[in-house]
Amino acid sequence: MELEIDIRKTLRSGKRNFHLDVRLRTHSRRIVIYGPSGSGKSLTLKAIAGLMRPDDGCIRLGGVTLFDSAAGVDLAPQSRQVGYLFQDYALFPHLTVRQNIGFGLAGGWRNPSPERRHEAVDYWLEAFKLEPMAHQFPDELSGGQRQRTALARALVAHPRALLLDEPFAALDPALRARMRAELDELQRRLEVPMVLITHDEDDVAVFGDHVSCLRDGRIADPGTDCSEALLHDAAD
Amino acid sequence: MDMAWSALGISLKVAGCATAISLVLGVGVGFLLARAHFPGRDLLDTVLTLPMVMPPTVLGYYLLVLIGRRGWLGGWLQETFGINLIFTWQGAVIAATVVAFPLVFKPARAAFEAVDGQLEQAARVLGIPEIGVFFRVTLPLAWRGILAGVLLAFARALGEFGATLMVAGSIPGKTQTLSVAVYEAVQAGQDEVANVLVLITSVVCLVVLMAAGRLAPGRIASK
Repeated sequence: MELEIDIRKTLRSGKRNFHLDVRLRTHSRRIVIYGPSGSGKSLTLKAIAGLMRPDDGCIRLGGVTLFDSAAGVDLAPQSRQVGYLFQDYALFPHLTVRQNIGFGLAGGWRNPSPERRHEAVDYWLEAFKLEPMAHQFPDELSGGQRQRTALARALVAHPRALLLDEPFAALDPALRARMRAELDELQRRLEVPMVLITHDEDDVAVFGDHVSCLRDGRIADPGTDCSEALLHDAAD
Repeated sequence: MDMAWSALGISLKVAGCATAISLVLGVGVGFLLARAHFPGRDLLDTVLTLPMVMPPTVLGYYLLVLIGRRGWLGGWLQETFGINLIFTWQGAVIAATVVAFPLVFKPARAAFEAVDGQLEQAARVLGIPEIGVFFRVTLPLAWRGILAGVLLAFARALGEFGATLMVAGSIPGKTQTLSVAVYEAVQAGQDEVANVLVLITSVVCLVVLMAAGRLAPGRIASK
């Protein structure tokens, strides 16, 4: 899986301007974009998913052009076939765990009934030990269960890549280590390419086959070691 | 007493139709104002809210100018289709709709604005087309706020007097609604009829308000 990002975006809020200028090219299956909050990590991830439109540049994933301002290509988020794990999971509060996981499998204008069974949904409910909670709503779940539900929802349709926005930031430290190991094992088993953004260097250690450091909207020169940035950040 | 029940029937028919129209228009306009950014958005919101503060008789006058026999729209309807809305129950529906509509679109707009945009984005990334995002995520999450507005609109349409009287008049068994019938009964000195009409109206309004209060606690109480 090849990921190529070369995008620019200017955001204005009040009198401040924020310039995002990200270049990244890798064949790795485990990509970490590391940087402090406000460095533009989330924007970059949103651009890959089609939730943020860059001013210009291009984004290619596995040979498919997702965005190319010069060629006028801008695939809708619906046609990019990526899985996205939001920082606070963005589970649908009005739907049960089963309905949440199966959300993307059902077409049409109406949500499938809570009783409707689907093979792929059953598989993930079992794999993540969520069967006892299948009929519960997201606000009745623990942090770990919420994350598993969101992961299952993202993986159930076999996405071409999994995008993770600070996946462990909302968890307490003990659970964080466990979920990190779980995701590590899962990624190796599924071999799904993933792009993970984080400001936690433990994530970099576990998932960072390819690490890009983002600061003030810019990726540090490709090839340079990130350890300096890591050390610098740890000292803050 | 027959007249009281026929007035209740007309009132429910008129208020029901006006509420249904307000629901469809209110959800559409509320969503548009919550999501679309276009010049004149605030002006449109203000103009559509105007019926909430304007005297109903002024609204009635505007409606007469618009849909009256010699009005802009009314004249055209009369000439082209032979349709006349003045002194008909359909005319009363239009009057009640204009008055009740802001009570739907205002809370609808607020409810749509309160929906977490990230949930809609999550649905899009999962491959759901925009129409599905609206009906499967946005509308269900905004529904409680909208429904509370719909019940208030129904109550308001039921109590409509001024604009209805000017547009539809007071023809017993045809356009005479409960609130108009109360006025007529008192004018004619029929206290017994007035008592029954007032009692019926009060009970219906009480039921509607209680239902609305259960749907959105706090929102109604603070009004």
